[in-house]
Amino acid sequence: MLAFAIRRMFQSIIVLLVVGLVAFSMFNFVGDPVDSMLGQERTDADVERVRIQLGLDQPFPVQYYKFLQGAVKGNFGISYRQGRPVSQIIAERLPATLELAFVSAVLAIIFGVALGIFTAIRRNGWAANTIMSLSLIGVSLPTFLIGILLIYIFAVELGWLSSFGRGDVVDLGWWRTGFLTKSGLLAIILPAITLGLYQMTLIMRIVRAEMLEVLRTDYIKFARARGLSKRAVNFGHALKNTMVPVITVTGMQIGSIIAFAIITETVFQWPGVGLLFINAIRFVDIPIMAAYLMLISVMFVSINLIVDLLYFAIDPRLRLDKTKG
Amino acid sequence: MRLKTLTRIALASTIVLSMGIGMANAQTLNWARAGDSITLDPHAQNEGPTTALQHQISEALIVRDMTGKAVPALATEWGPSESDPNVWSFKLREGVKFHDGAEFDSEDVVFSFNRAMSEESNFKELLASVKEVRANGKYGFEIVTDGPNPLMASNLTNLFIMDKDWAEANGATKVQDVEGGEDTFASRNANGTGPYILVSREPDAKTVLRINENYWGIDEFPMEIKEIVYTPIQNQATRVAALLSGDVDFIQDVPVQDLARVGETDGLKVITAPQNRVIFFGMNQGDADLETDNVDGKNPFADLRVRQAVNMAINREAIKKIVMRDQSVPAGMISPPFVNGWTAELDAVPENNVEKAQGLMNDAGYGDGFSIRLNCPNDRYINDEAICQAAVGMLAKIGINVQLEALPKAQHFPLIGGLKTDFYMLGWGVPTYDSEYIFNFLVHTKGEKYGSWNGVRFSDPELDMKIQGLASETDLDKRNQTIADIWAVVQKEQLYIPIHHQVLNWGMSDKVDTIVSPEDTPMFKYFKLGS
Repeated sequence: MLAFAIRRMFQSIIVLLVVGLVAFSMFNFVGDPVDSMLGQERTDADVERVRIQLGLDQPFPVQYYKFLQGAVKGNFGISYRQGRPVSQIIAERLPATLELAFVSAVLAIIFGVALGIFTAIRRNGWAANTIMSLSLIGVSLPTFLIGILLIYIFAVELGWLSSFGRGDVVDLGWWRTGFLTKSGLLAIILPAITLGLYQMTLIMRIVRAEMLEVLRTDYIKFARARGLSKRAVNFGHALKNTMVPVITVTGMQIGSIIAFAIITETVFQWPGVGLLFINAIRFVDIPIMAAYLMLISVMFVSINLIVDLLYFAIDPRLRLDKTKG
Repeated sequence: MRLKTLTRIALASTIVLSMGIGMANAQTLNWARAGDSITLDPHAQNEGPTTALQHQISEALIVRDMTGKAVPALATEWGPSESDPNVWSFKLREGVKFHDGAEFDSEDVVFSFNRAMSEESNFKELLASVKEVRANGKYGFEIVTDGPNPLMASNLTNLFIMDKDWAEANGATKVQDVEGGEDTFASRNANGTGPYILVSREPDAKTVLRINENYWGIDEFPMEIKEIVYTPIQNQATRVAALLSGDVDFIQDVPVQDLARVGETDGLKVITAPQNRVIFFGMNQGDADLETDNVDGKNPFADLRVRQAVNMAINREAIKKIVMRDQSVPAGMISPPFVNGWTAELDAVPENNVEKAQGLMNDAGYGDGFSIRLNCPNDRYINDEAICQAAVGMLAKIGINVQLEALPKAQHFPLIGGLKTDFYMLGWGVPTYDSEYIFNFLVHTKGEKYGSWNGVRFSDPELDMKIQGLASETDLDKRNQTIADIWAVVQKEQLYIPIHHQVLNWGMSDKVDTIVSPEDTPMFKYFKLGS
């Protein structure tokens, strides 16, 4: 077990290093930060001076090495755009993204599972068919379009919800939350729906398919034959056995909720790390881009690592297969 | 029963509370634009949204009002000294206080100028001719230049004054040094003398300002807005939706395709005015051969007739009507209309005549045309990429086969600075309102100090001498004559292909009463609020 864990962690670190290397090799193509930093009135001498100061005249492996040197000490550098430490900026922005991701995940799971069960049990009802057709929208429409559509319906036409931003936030010192004010709670509704809609339809479809599969099995037939109530059959026996794949997929989707928040955050001007990243690309703010990409890859890699370790704990066959490694 | 009473009390207090909020809102202005201010450090970034926010909090000696006219702010009188033409003297306003209560005097001005002239400052180019700054008593201030500088005053309108003691107490004496990795106090805090006080700020999210009751001009200006809530909203559709839904009262950049929609909505209006920005194309006419064309061993743009043909092939009226939906002013010179040196004759829209243009191409020996790459930004100017697409079609009519390469501004502008494009789009604003600024950057031979945006590789040593001479020519008539002479060369040589002057579209609630500032900088102290 320990050897397996160490090996997987070692592999994860290599993945991280490669992600970083690829990211740094791309930064050369994003543009030149010096122009946006110096403004219109720069002379060619200024450009040269700043390029050297920032180390942009060095080849990218050298820039990457310097970044790693700082990163292992927890120092991700200074944002070119804001002139403040990157770690501080990201720590300020992360709560907004995490709160949004949390609410969308909760909405996606609750509605996804509930609708999935419903459409599986009432397979041929008109309501289930309508939900199934509508769910196609969730999978096929791009996020920004859904966001704009929701803004036009609920903010412009009906005037119920705010069209952008996070509402009023309460600063707890280490975490700025929008959960404690009315405007904050209202403001999160539209972006959370926009962000979670795809995951919701995905979960719904998995639950439905799994349920249909399980409902056909023999033990359900026996349960029915024993005269158990519908409720006990559907929820007590069938649902329990559909949840395993659902949990796996949901776990993996949480990573992509945070990563896909970029588009939703841009549409709703949600002040999270996704919006920060978009602005960093426009300004060629290399330290922010590097830190963000590393953050996202650390997140994906650790989710994968945890899942792998869980499989190892659950599935005895992995343990027996020691020789192959 | 008890529960009901409680509910009633709760309900009543909610109503009272919301009424209270409603009353406060009447004098609050919710302001949005696409970009956020980058930093609160007044000398770190000379860039539109950054200075626009700073103008509410801090002041310069002289500022531009909503019409673009230079008016007194922290200085009440100024002019070149009578005894020595190399010295400009300023009389400072007395009795002004910073937001923290500290008194404003000449010490703060000297400190701020020295700070703005330091290596990391974005404003040092505007003060390049300054040799020394000094106090002359508590309310006198002098600038010593290395030669007479007749236009010193117009370089100072974005040069904000900080409190010396505040900066020293908070370790903010140096300009925010992004390269050096310093996090200065001044990048997140502000202490100015301006009409509004910073209450809170979250970058990219929300900045709140409230009225400065001790402002020196509180009786002089309308000052009807008591609170300003500033939110950047990047996405065009969201920004318009926020205005339509009443979440914001004022947006500075209405996308041209939404102008009609906003204007027709009850309770909203759009006001328009020419901006201090002209859009044009540049062509590499200096190199012997071009990398991005299909002509070997020759540079077609080096031939004046080809440049004239390009100029003639562009149909500016069509660009205005179709691409810009009437929101532009076709141009004949690369200077905005308010600038000293601009004349209606020079700015007359060039003739659009494809046959004549084809004739010029034939004369130049390119009757069969040639191909060339055009570089364009796609996120900098209004409809920038669409203008270039239109130009591609127009140039095809005279046989020039253009491959369009549209890139984000972060990739586009380095191509011009690094001389890696032979045909490109550029826009130019003139903060000093004088042609010298245009010549310094766009016409003078490219070198260490001058011509950093001269991507056309034009070089004329005689003209360079004339341009450099402008800085110290005190005889204004003579100076204006030189400016006219330089413009004559720029026009005759067809250095650039002017397209149009951009137009600003401010969208706002009917209750907001203002005019559009050509600098795109709202000065909220001039704003009035109806009911």
